[in-house]
Amino acid sequence: MIAVYLTLALPLAGALWLGAFGHRRSAGWVNVAVSGATFGASAAVAADVLRGGPLLSGGRMFYIDAFNVYLVALTAFVGFTTAIFSRPYMVHEVEAGRVNARRMRLYHSMYQGFLFTMLLALSTNNLGILWVAMEGATLATVLLVSLYRTPESVEAAWKYFILCGVGIAQALFGTVLLYFAAARVIHARDEALLWTSLHAAAPGLEPAVVGLAFVFLLVGYGTKVGLVPLHNWLPDAHSEGPTPMSAILSGLLLNVALYAVVRVKMIVDPALGTPLAGRLMMGFGMLSFLVAVLFLHRQRDIKRLYSYSSIEHMGLMTFAFGVGGPLATFGALLHMTVHSLTKSSIFVTAGHAAHIAGTQRIEQIRGLIRTQPAVGWGLLLGTAAIAGFPPFGVFTSEFLVLSATMKAWPWLTPLLLIGLGVAFGGLFRHLHPMVYGERPDSQSAVAANMLPVAVQLALVLWLGLAIPGFLAHWFDQATHLIAGATLLGGGS
Amino acid sequence: MNALQGLDLTRQLILLLAALVLFSSFAMLAQSRLVGLVRVFAWQGVLLAVTTGLVAYASGHTHLYASAVLTFFLKGLLIPWILHRMVLRLGLESARESDAYRTPVQLAGAGLVVFSYYVALPVVQLSALFTRNTIAVSLAVVLLGMLLMISRHKAVSQVVGFMSIENGLFFAAVVATYGMPMVVELGVAFDVLVAAILFGVVFLQIRASIDTLDVDRLNRLSESEP
Repeated sequence: MIAVYLTLALPLAGALWLGAFGHRRSAGWVNVAVSGATFGASAAVAADVLRGGPLLSGGRMFYIDAFNVYLVALTAFVGFTTAIFSRPYMVHEVEAGRVNARRMRLYHSMYQGFLFTMLLALSTNNLGILWVAMEGATLATVLLVSLYRTPESVEAAWKYFILCGVGIAQALFGTVLLYFAAARVIHARDEALLWTSLHAAAPGLEPAVVGLAFVFLLVGYGTKVGLVPLHNWLPDAHSEGPTPMSAILSGLLLNVALYAVVRVKMIVDPALGTPLAGRLMMGFGMLSFLVAVLFLHRQRDIKRLYSYSSIEHMGLMTFAFGVGGPLATFGALLHMTVHSLTKSSIFVTAGHAAHIAGTQRIEQIRGLIRTQPAVGWGLLLGTAAIAGFPPFGVFTSEFLVLSATMKAWPWLTPLLLIGLGVAFGGLFRHLHPMVYGERPDSQSAVAANMLPVAVQLALVLWLGLAIPGFLAHWFDQATHLIAGATLLGGGS
Repeated sequence: MNALQGLDLTRQLILLLAALVLFSSFAMLAQSRLVGLVRVFAWQGVLLAVTTGLVAYASGHTHLYASAVLTFFLKGLLIPWILHRMVLRLGLESARESDAYRTPVQLAGAGLVVFSYYVALPVVQLSALFTRNTIAVSLAVVLLGMLLMISRHKAVSQVVGFMSIENGLFFAAVVATYGMPMVVELGVAFDVLVAAILFGVVFLQIRASIDTLDVDRLNRLSESEP
């Protein structure tokens, strides 16, 4: 249990320390060290859960089971690798005069603050605290989106603040309704919002109220997942903020928001006894997927391009969780992992590409492989992975989701296949001129640490070729929790 | 009418306060001066605190007294004061929103109230007139806050709309469920306070970058850029 407290205390302490000293030259290293230590603690939590089963803290404030423990480890890992990337990147930004000492303090402090809210949202057992942490994540990142103070970035921050704020307010209303339903069954008032108590009492909850609550919760957390039509904030916030922010927003925040939706669905399904929650998620997921793949084609900004790709993939995951059943759930869990690893490495590479070209506009980024082979190949391989090319993990998870859809809803499979094809075209028509072709004279290589990218892409490749036994077992346990049955038959 | 007489005095008073909270939302929709808008918002916070105190008295949940005091200071005094100071600092004392569409907006607001009652219908199976009314009213306050945000062009008005959505949620929590557990309530209050301060910061950034607080002018980021 101590490891769980450490994963929360470390980023919180880091946020406070960096808030005071985050402008020093050593702050980038401190950021890396704190993130690394957090990752170490999360690995210890994972080992505990893997060995001893779910952990429930003394006051029942924190609950870690197979479902959230892998997200805790993934969040800490991506936070760590992105911190490694962030150090030289932000030094470059300071040298270019785009941020001053005060904003560096803010940046570093809020980087750790954001990781703290994410880890709190994942590990808490209380649905109210989950909401507080999700709102806290918005608050921590608003000022980072407007870090450069350009009119565009301020506009993006405003949109992000208002849209996510209003969206997540719906989730609070849903939480109140859920509490209202639970208070009639669970008599200890302080326990009526605990996920473990709600899950145990779910079949006895009043269906009408719970159904209404789920609609509000889906709309609320769905805004943060980036589901269409509530996605407008996402491309703006991703493209205008500093690149390490885009990497952790896309790789972590979206996952954690989806986690919240699925956690709630686990309570709602037994309470309703109907597939309403799944159908709603399928509808929203499919809509997001289809709209996002079309928008991929008309992007002119490299970070906007990949943020639409994030909407596409979040839509696909939401759809898969909605389909339900062991196969689709297993696919969705795997997809959460590989998408998070791939997308954060793509944003890191895109950040380097933007530094090389001196702009984020796709039409001015040319000949990356000639200029700096590591960055060019990184972008090419990352994009190939996210588009679902065979040896990579994204292919495996998409294949699982497609098979599950074929089984349960055959007539939806063509839509998914066409969508994936359109997305492939949308990504590669922009990618091709960026990585190949002649090097413009003005371009020169920049200092880039491609090691985190290489490690993450190698992990994605590994997950595509052979999922290690313990990880497969882990996903299977989570599948059992969510879908009620295992896929591999390992038992739990 | 009989249903109303069946309620005890405190419940009737709470229903009266619910109606007043709803009325204050309509008053915000009608108010076109920013200073006036912030003042109505402060009154809504005070009404909320009174309701919380009354519910605490009627139900015997002593922790609600603490949230009543917290609400009074946070939503009745501190946040309105922050907003008021922003309005003065940005030189918007005499700024008005345009009066166009005021009648349609009020009518749309009435429509939203009817819609809220419709949405709250399933809850009637659970409990009597009392809860149905209060849940419907709190949902209506949330939706009216959204309507305020949509129909206004000044950033300050949108923030008031945002905060009044939060008021609606708090009202729902207090009246329907006697408040959330204390740790959650404190967390939410903390978030709201931080949000109010951050809004102030973002106001200054917007003004510094586009020299106005008309959010209509925030239109650089779109899919149809050249």
